[in-house]
Order: sequence, then structure tokens, then C-alpha cells
Amino acid sequence: MNLDVTAIILQTALLLLLAPLVSGVIRKGKARLQNRRGPPVWQPYLDLRKFLRKDMVISEHASWIFSFAPYVVFFTALLAGLMVPMVTVQAPLSLFGGVLALVGLLALGRFFLALGGLDPASAFGGMGSSREMTIAAIAEPALMLAIFTVAIAAGSTDLSRIVAATLGPTWSLLNPRHVLAFAALFIVLLAETGRIPVDNPATHLELTMIHEAMLLEYSGRYLAFMEWGASLKQLVLMTLLVNVFFPLGLAPVTTPAALAFSLLAYLAKLFVVSSIVVVVETTNAKLRLFRVPDLLSAAFVLAALALLSTFLFQ
Amino acid sequence: MNQLATNLLLLTLLGYVAGAVAGLLCLRAERLANYCAFGCAALSALGGVVASVTGLAAGAGAAPPSLQLLPALIPYVQFTIRPDPLGLFFTLLVSLVGLAISLYSLGYARGFYGRKNLGVFGAFFNVSLLATTLVFLSDNVFFFLIAWEIMALTTWLLVSFEHEKEEARNAGVLYFVMSHIGTGCLILGFLLLFRASGTYGFDGFHAIGARMAAGPRNAAFVLFLVGFGIKAGIIPLHIWLPVAHPAAPSNVSAMMSGVIIKTGIYGLTRVYFDFMGPPPNWWGVTVLVIGTISAVLGVLYALMEHDLKRLLAYHSIENIGIILMGLGAALMFLHTGHPVLASLALIAGLYHTINHAVFKALLFLGAGAVVQATHTRNMEEMGGLVKRMPATAFFFLIGAVAISALPPLNGFVSEWLTYQSLLQGFGTTPSLIRLMFPLSGAMLALTGALAAACFVKAFGITFLAQPRSAHAADAHEAAPTMLVGQGLLTAACVFLGLFPTLVLKLLDPVTQQLAGLQLSPRLSLADGWVLSGAVATGGTVSMPGLVLMAVCLLPLPLGLWLVFARGAKVRRGPTWDCGLQGLTPRMAYTATGFSKPIRMIFKALFRPRREVQREYDFSPYFATNLRFESHVEELFLTRIYRPMNWLVWRVSRRMRALQAGSLQAYLIYIFVTLLLLLLFAL
Repeated sequence: MNLDVTAIILQTALLLLLAPLVSGVIRKGKARLQNRRGPPVWQPYLDLRKFLRKDMVISEHASWIFSFAPYVVFFTALLAGLMVPMVTVQAPLSLFGGVLALVGLLALGRFFLALGGLDPASAFGGMGSSREMTIAAIAEPALMLAIFTVAIAAGSTDLSRIVAATLGPTWSLLNPRHVLAFAALFIVLLAETGRIPVDNPATHLELTMIHEAMLLEYSGRYLAFMEWGASLKQLVLMTLLVNVFFPLGLAPVTTPAALAFSLLAYLAKLFVVSSIVVVVETTNAKLRLFRVPDLLSAAFVLAALALLSTFLFQ
Repeated sequence: MNQLATNLLLLTLLGYVAGAVAGLLCLRAERLANYCAFGCAALSALGGVVASVTGLAAGAGAAPPSLQLLPALIPYVQFTIRPDPLGLFFTLLVSLVGLAISLYSLGYARGFYGRKNLGVFGAFFNVSLLATTLVFLSDNVFFFLIAWEIMALTTWLLVSFEHEKEEARNAGVLYFVMSHIGTGCLILGFLLLFRASGTYGFDGFHAIGARMAAGPRNAAFVLFLVGFGIKAGIIPLHIWLPVAHPAAPSNVSAMMSGVIIKTGIYGLTRVYFDFMGPPPNWWGVTVLVIGTISAVLGVLYALMEHDLKRLLAYHSIENIGIILMGLGAALMFLHTGHPVLASLALIAGLYHTINHAVFKALLFLGAGAVVQATHTRNMEEMGGLVKRMPATAFFFLIGAVAISALPPLNGFVSEWLTYQSLLQGFGTTPSLIRLMFPLSGAMLALTGALAAACFVKAFGITFLAQPRSAHAADAHEAAPTMLVGQGLLTAACVFLGLFPTLVLKLLDPVTQQLAGLQLSPRLSLADGWVLSGAVATGGTVSMPGLVLMAVCLLPLPLGLWLVFARGAKVRRGPTWDCGLQGLTPRMAYTATGFSKPIRMIFKALFRPRREVQREYDFSPYFATNLRFESHVEELFLTRIYRPMNWLVWRVSRRMRALQAGSLQAYLIYIFVTLLLLLLFAL
């Protein structure tokens, strides 16, 4: 139960470097499906560098909360990422918290993101905060129930143990519990990362935006941390999804060969999930705000069915 | 419990009496009354904190002897107290919160100078602290009920302290009526216990339920649930709570929400875990279901409020629900014979009890400072206070993060323990009942997320953006003693969040007393830096670890700044206003607007109504005058309490015929009743 400093540093680096790439791949994929050439996949890195270098304009109504929020968003997503097994079964920070702490940290980031939206006194920010908190609130029970389903099967909320339990010989692709819980979590992923059909990450249309509305007053390095935090959160949730339900290829030992294979498998799995997100985003239209609860209650029902199937197929 | 701690405890009780007397003696000199009464209360509460911590830290020894406070003059009525671990834990709670509130009151009560009689106020405040402490410590049914009634009466007097306001008078009456319905249930419940034990001492009640027949035992369960549930504010017995808490002066609101509703939790714990013996399954299920419903509905109603203090009052209902989820799960585990899990769930409930006491009192104190500065409780008229009241804003923010169950503060820790016990509970029984555990866990998640939404609204609308009224623009920071009181509770929030394993050590004697085992060695890993579930493989969490990790990551943004952003300048500019001529506060989002999506999603529950009246000259889009009204229906009030009220009125109107004012008729009633009773006795 010791903390492995190398593992922490390596996973931090991997998280920070991979997160913008995933956003870039999804953007590129969407462009290709729309018959556009699209920006290169490393465009998000260039954006981050540009934001970091720029001067900042801060609203005269804003308080210290506005400046504090980007760091909270960034750090909570990063810390949450250190609790998820990425390439090794043992996550570097799983002693400090499991899946409950992960959800808690992401919620802390969201709390300050929403406050940062309200702080500059703009109506858009308030609108974004209100919608973000509403959608998060109705997504939360589905998220937790899907997580409980796997946590109960593993007898632990520690993600390393959950992954180790699913990695066992009983893993099969069409385990009904896994399929249902995966579907539920995937819907939650779409909602939590602000994807179509819940929110449109590419829009600046004033009355439909949610995440963008909260960032409207941010500029310069604060914006960089906000964007980076958002893509980190997306990566964390995707990793959770792929490694909990498809733990294939995760390295149980830390030999260089096993790690390299595991990293390749992980990247391949991320690519598959990103592609599914691309297809969903391209083939669907954004839902009206008051239709989103229907989608999320479908996720809740799926998670409840997953739980029920634990009960039935034992 | 050594001699010193016992003596200190007695001194604490005497100190409250002295505070009350001093307050009454200085009726004419309000400054002196303020300092004497609240100073005495603060000192006594400090004594209570020290006494209860030393008592609990001494661990679970032999049962402490009971102490006689006053000579017993009437048979059965013994004025005895027994500082056992459960009682001491709740004494710690009332003393800690009481200390902070007393310090705060030194500054807050200045607002009453020249308007109200502070001597009386201080005296009532001391007596209510005394009575609440005695409720937790008393060792005899009659003494308990006397302390309970004194507590209820003094709180009623404090609620209607500003009796020139009609709202305060009505709130006081509602509280008074509900409280006495509860006391009635308690008396009946205790009489049922007395039938089995033959004594009114609490030591004779221990595990008495095992010797009772199923009928009276279940009846006692329900009576206590109603009796203590009214005080705790469980749904559907909660209606007095969102009325009475906001109407009271803010220090009293903090006292009520922080401490007095916890007497209900104390009573339930005492009766169900100490007196009633091994519970049948439906008890635990009932408590868990009531807890879940109270938690979800409490937070949903809180979201609809734009009165800052009413919003906080509804959150008390939510948190009582979360506490009951822990207690209900503990009862279910006791039924299935899992003492470890039962202790874990009990710890989760009790930990959340002290957490809620601390952060809710903190939030009410903050709200009190804001209300005093802005002269309104309506959030729509606040805003921008983070710049005008920076310290209060910071304390309120800490309280908001804590109550939203976000790491690294205390609310997260107790909810984490609750989640752990619910998840582990899935394996305790093979029946379908076990699905309740993850489902109520999911409802707890919903509650937490809605609470976060509600406190984004409460903090964001109250403290951020532009001031929405002239009062808010002229607001000033609260008096220093008020800040000291809030700061103390803020520190308690941080401490309870970062060092849970130390607090769990204090809870050891309590679980030893109620469930027969001590859990803190199992729950703390790595010298107490890491908190673990009941089994170490079940999951671990470490708040200090996370905080330290975040600190270790700080060089990261610093390095990025050094590499990229050193030349970047920061400029202040106006917020984007879509090209209009300047942003006015009226353009900012309102509290009502913020919660509108939730109001629409849960419209089956809220049944929102709105009325818009436009006056316009040529086109409805250019209104000259606009009137907007929006209502949310309180289902329990309109569907249960109003019809019941109406029924009572009707029946009493019929009964009027009996009460004709004729003495002969009354004598006949008495005679007939006597006859019937004699027949019944045969």
C-alpha cells in the first residue's frame, strides 16, 4: 500500500499529454464524417499554448472566485485521473480514494466552474451554471448506480480492485450486467463531457450553450486551465469506461514489455470509444434542454436493470 | 469518565444557570446583559466541550454512575444525569456549536440594542442550552421529559422573540403545536416501555424491547418515530421547520438547525439502539425509506426557495434524511446480525449528525450576518457581497462546500461512510430487500448533486455578481465577534474533514455501548492518515492525502506560467453585454431563474403556477408595466395538513354542542365516563 512516486509522475504526464489529443481526435473525426478536412489532431495543444501566452481580460465585477475556479477545475480533474487505472491495474493514487472520491472531486470542480460562471454578473454565465448543475444533478444517480453495480460485484469502491475483479477469468463481452451498466455510463459520459445530444461543444449560439456559456468571460491562461481541465475530465471518464468494462490488456506487472503492450491496448480502446462518440455526435441532433432528463432517466433505468441482473444471474 | 471531567460537566450546567440569572439581573443594562449572558454561555459551552472530549477520549470503561442533581421529592421523578458515551457525544455537539453561537451572539445581539430586552433573550438562550444538554444527559424518563419540555418552551419563546412580526408569532404557534403532538407520542411510548420494565430509570430500559410483546413493541417504535421525528423534522412531519427556523433571530436559527433538531436524532438512537433490543426488519426499512424520502424532497424544496434562511431550513430536512439513512441501515444490519456493518452505518449517521450541526450552524450564522447587513432575507436583493463582506463570504463558501458533500471537507467524509455501509450492505441478505441499499445510495447521489446545485445558487446569487439592491451595495462586514464564531465553525468543518480518524476514536465508546464493538482500529490505516471502509479491501480514502497531493502538483501551473505566460498582462474590463449600454444587475441571473430547469423537470412534484400580467400600449413585446408571480405548491401542506386542519375545525364545531355551559350536563358527563371506566375495568 505504498505510494509509487514514479507511477504518479508518469500517470500525471500521460494524463496531461493525452487529454488534449483525445479532444483533437474527436474533432478531427467529426470533421471527416462531415466531409471537412478539419484542424489537425494536435490543434488543442496549439490552442493551449496560445491561451497560456495571451493577456487576460478579467471582468470588473468578478471576485477572487473567478480566478480561483480554473485551478480547482484543473486540479480536481487531474487528481481524479490519478485514481483511475490507466495502463497498470494498480492506479497510483488508489490508496487516497476510489470511485466515490473521483465522483466527489469532479463534483468539486463543477461546483467552482459554476460559481466562476456566475461571478462576472453576465446572464449567459448564470444560464450555463444553472443548466450545468441541473444536468449534473440528474446524471448523478445514473452514474452512481452504474458504478455501484460494478463496485458491488468487486466488493470494493477502489478502482484498482474493481478492475482486478473484472479482469478475472469470468470476464465476457456479453455479460448482461456489464453491457447495461456500460450503456448507462456511456450516456452519462455524453452528458458530463458536454457532448451532443446534451450540449454542443462547438457552439457559440447564445441560447443553447451550456459549458461554453460558463467560460464566456474567461481568457488567457485561466481559459487554458479551464479547457485543459475539461479535456482531462473527459479523458478520466473515458478511461473509467474502457478500463472498468474492457480491462483487457491492462498490465498486472510492471515490466517494460507489459507496459508497452498495455499502453497500446489502452490507446486503441480510447480510439474506439472516441469513434463511438464521434458517430453519436454526428448522427444525432442536440436535444431540447427539457428532453435531456428523458435521456438521463433512460440511463438510470439501464443502470437499475444492470443492478437487477446482478441479482438475477447469480 | 474521571472525576475532573464530571465536575467540569456539572460546572457547565451551573454556568448556564448563572448565565440565565445574570441575564435576568441585568434587565435594565442591555450591554451588561449581553456580555454577561452570552459570555457565561460561551464559557460554559467551552467547559462542556472539554468535559465531553475528555470523557469520550477516556474510552469505553464501566458504565458511569448516575449523578443526582436535585433531591427527588416526588416518587418516580429522579433528577439524575448519567454521562454515558452516547450522551457525551451529543453534549460535545451542543457545546461545540453552542460555544460558536454564543461568541457570535455577542456581536449579533447588538442589533437588538434599544429595541428588545436583551436580558430576557440571553436568559432564554442559556436556559435552552441548559435544557438541551440535560436532554442528552438525563437518566430518568420524567427528567428527560421535563428537560424536553423546557427546551421546547424556551425555543418557542426564542422563535417568537420578535413578536411584533406576525410571521414570528405564527411560526411560534405552529412550532408549539407540532412540538406538543410529538411530546404526547413520546409520553405514550415511554409508558409502553414502563409497562415492561416497571421503572422510569433509563438503566432499567436497557434492551427492554426483547421482553416486550410484538404489539406494544411495534407501537412504541411508531410512537417514538413520530415523537422524535417531529423534532428532527422528517418528512411528512416537517412542516413547522421551514416556518420556524427562518422566523427566529439568526443565532437561534443556528441553534435550532444545528442542535435542537438533533435531539430528535439523539432520541431515536437512544431508544432504538439502547432500549428496543434486536429490531425486526421492517423497522430498519421504514427508517431507511423515510430517510431517503426526506433527503430527496428536502433538497428539492430547498432549491425552490429564494429566501436564504428558508433555503437553509429545508436543507436541514435533507440532512436529517441522510442521517436517518445511516441509522436505518444500521437497524437493518442489526436485524441480519452484522454488528460490524451496523457500527459502520451508525458511525456514518452520527458523524453526519455532528457534521451537519457544524456546517448548518455555520451557514445560518453567515446568513444572519448577511441578513443583518442587507436587511432582507430575499436572495434576489443581495449580490456582490463577496467584495463587501469578504470574511463572511469565505466562511459561507466553506460551509457550502461542506454541506454539498464535496471533498476535502467533512460532509464528504460522512457521506462516504454512508455509501460504504450501503454498498457493503448488499451482501448481508439474500432477499430482494437488498436492492434498497444501492437504490438509496443512488438517491443519496441525487441529493448530493442537487445540494451542490442549490449551494451554487445560494452562494452565487447572494455573494457574487453585482449588488441587486441599494442595501446590498451598502453592506458592511459583520462585527469581529460574529466572525470569530463563524471562524470557529469553519475550522471545525476543516478539522472534521481532514482528520476523520481522530474523530472516529471519540466515537469508539459510543459504538461499544450501542453495538458492542469498537471500529476505529479497523477504519484507520497508515497511522490514521487514510480512512478505510469496514473491510480494508472495501475502499479507502484520504483527505489529507488528496490535499497534500494537490499541493505537490502546484509547481505545475507555476512552471507553465514561467515558461509561457510571464509576459502576459492582466487587464480589468467590463463583462460582455451584447453591445448594450452597460450591464445592470437586473440582467444577471436570478435565484428563481437558476432553479427553473429543476422546477420544470420535477413539475409533477412542485405543480408550479405562474402569472404574468402585461400592460402595453401597442405591442405585447414592449410592455410598459410587467407583473410576474410564480408559486410552487407545497404538497404536504395543501394535501395533508390543510384537509386535516379543516376536519379538526369541523369536528370541534360539532363538539360545541356538548360544551353548553350547563354545570348539570358536565356532571352527567363525568358520571357517565366514570361508569364506563368502571365497566371497562370489570
